[in-house]
Amino acid sequence: MPLIKNGARLQDPWFAVATEEELDRSGPMLVPLALWQEHRDRLVDRVGPIGIRLASHESPAAIAGDLERFDLVALEFPKFTDGRAFSYARLLRERHGFTGEIRAVGHVLRDQIAFLLRCGFDAFDLDERAAAGWQAATGAFSAWYQPAADADAPIPARRRYAVPARASVAVIRSEPVQPPAPEPAACAANWAY
Amino acid sequence: MYRYDEFDHTFVTQRVAQFREQVARRIAGELTEDEFKPLRLMNGLYLQLHAYMLRVAIPYGTLSSRQLRQLGYIARRYDRGYGHFTTRQNIQFNWPTLKDVPDILADLAAVEMHAIQTSGNCIRNTTADATAGVAADEVADSRIYCEIIRQWSTLHPEFSFLPRKFKIAVTGSGRDRAVTAAHDIGLRLKLDADGNPGFEVLVGGGQGRTPILAVTIREFLPERHLLSYLEAILRVYNQLGRRDNIYKARIKILVRETGRDEFARLVEEEWAHIRDGELRLPDGEIERIQAYFAPPAYQALDDACPELAVQRAGNRAFDAWVGSNVEAHKRPGYAVVTISLKPHGGIPGDASAEQMEAVADLADRYGFGEIRVTYKQNLLLPDIRKGDLFALWQGLVAAGLATANAHRVTDIIACPGLDYCNLANARAIPVAQAISERFADPERERAIGNVTVNISGCINACAHHHVANIGILGVDKKGKEFYQVTLGGAADENAAIGDIVGPAFDEDRIADAVETVVDVYLAERRGADEPFIDTYRRIGLKPFKEKLYAAH
Ligand code: SF4
Repeated sequence: MPLIKNGARLQDPWFAVATEEELDRSGPMLVPLALWQEHRDRLVDRVGPIGIRLASHESPAAIAGDLERFDLVALEFPKFTDGRAFSYARLLRERHGFTGEIRAVGHVLRDQIAFLLRCGFDAFDLDERAAAGWQAATGAFSAWYQPAADADAPIPARRRYAVPARASVAVIRSEPVQPPAPEPAACAANWAY
Repeated sequence: MYRYDEFDHTFVTQRVAQFREQVARRIAGELTEDEFKPLRLMNGLYLQLHAYMLRVAIPYGTLSSRQLRQLGYIARRYDRGYGHFTTRQNIQFNWPTLKDVPDILADLAAVEMHAIQTSGNCIRNTTADATAGVAADEVADSRIYCEIIRQWSTLHPEFSFLPRKFKIAVTGSGRDRAVTAAHDIGLRLKLDADGNPGFEVLVGGGQGRTPILAVTIREFLPERHLLSYLEAILRVYNQLGRRDNIYKARIKILVRETGRDEFARLVEEEWAHIRDGELRLPDGEIERIQAYFAPPAYQALDDACPELAVQRAGNRAFDAWVGSNVEAHKRPGYAVVTISLKPHGGIPGDASAEQMEAVADLADRYGFGEIRVTYKQNLLLPDIRKGDLFALWQGLVAAGLATANAHRVTDIIACPGLDYCNLANARAIPVAQAISERFADPERERAIGNVTVNISGCINACAHHHVANIGILGVDKKGKEFYQVTLGGAADENAAIGDIVGPAFDEDRIADAVETVVDVYLAERRGADEPFIDTYRRIGLKPFKEKLYAAH
């Protein structure tokens, strides 16, 4: 399946570890939580990059203390309807300050991509069809109503600071959102009344 | 009323474009029905027994005359000339074709409406007190908070794939007119010691096969924290709610299994992290929304209206209608009018395109162009001068909308049941019609007084039969339709879940059974001012049960 990161197709550099034996390999290595917990002592001394893969019932709280050791957190979607990882990603970005890659793996729909981006995911394992629809899936809306983990000012902030409805840039952020500088003169402009 | 600004307009327009493209992919065969399903559900489009059904959101049940006229237009142009108002203050169109749905959504967007989140496992349209803004006892207008919730919850990126659907209700005072105890989250407006508005927060109410009343997890939440607190509740639920069993996935099960105190602790812990973040409502935001709901230009009137007394004395039918369908307003000389969508023997909640247009015209002529949709599947005109009631009533008579039965035994809530719904075990509409015909005599109905009768076609309980004074549930017994009766439920601030009387009744005997229940009440009540529910609470199930099963 194509890997898309920050909007671009990539070769996946990560090796997905499935068994204990594979832990001896070199290069970037994606480890399921159970293996990480069992072999943590040995893995912390490893030189190459490590990623962690969490099933949908495994909260990132379980690895909060180790987060700086990981370059990648992969969150599983066993079915697209299992939305736990939307919360996990936001917690990783907004609560734990994780700045590495957050990747959606498993069953995600093209029409969920915009939500995933807003929650802090920046990489996606997608099937061909979903990957082909990336543009349409991410460009459908120019602004959203609520704050999330992305850098876009939400509609309430745009109203307050008079940012036009159509100005939009989709950037992944790991810093808390800074509202655009207020333009005092424009604040009075309230289209609503 | 709330009016869309540039942001709202852009948003719904983009939503329509997105769905148009999704429908095109479906029609071209690029999407299978399975893949299309979650997309159409997010836009309120269900596949029912015979056809698609489109459920349109009426945020907190408030409509302008222009919007109601547009709903009439949609009913005529794309449907079979009528629409069906639901207990959740939405409207459903039962016969649209798939290819027309994007056009319907565009027509809705033109009048600042949409069908976003009227289905799917997301935060649904917020239920409000239908008399918000005009009820004498309200602490604050619940529509303000419902609009704030509507915006925050619309296409929420984190909460669009919850374990199960999620419903929030807001009532403007201690009197519960939005069935808050039966919602996933119930918010009851109240004032703190310094007179600042806020909410009592309840969680975990629900109906379905496990009816549970919501429990209070916070006695007072200051209004500026509304969204951060909701986000904390939803975040706890999204992570911990059960996903292994659809019947255990609602928040009520999580709250019950976790325990109220522990659940409250988890919410407070989450909230502590986010309460002073971006979701905290900044100074001026509540006032900004409040300005949309400023009172209309009321006239200074005397509360007494001698003209009305004369008109009532001169016309029995009008007098009866005022007696049941007209309620007090907080402004002197004004009244709140319920337009019954329950003609005797008719389909509860249905309105024809012509009727929608007639109500819109009457709202313009005698009100301020505003209409509410009530939990009881009726319409309500919030601001009618008492001196205009007679003329309004004549207009309603002409439109076939003057049934004098609000809150009475024939003001029945019924779900679509087996006539439309593919989850149904039994028909609900014909049962409602049979009961309604049974009690069609206005004198008798008036003598019986206020009682709630709700009929659900299956255990999903869309008609809220558990919290009806007389609840009726359709069940399937070896391929035959039967009806189980519960008594003593209540949907107000003293909410209660009804007690099952005993074995179910078949289709031919269910109207008799309801009549028997009513007869027992009439025989047992202590005078005409003891309503059904009070008599039931005083005498209990036994006398009803004995009479119901006496012959068997
Ligand atoms: S209660 Fe059952 S039959 Fe009635 S609308 Fe709900 S799911 Fe359908």
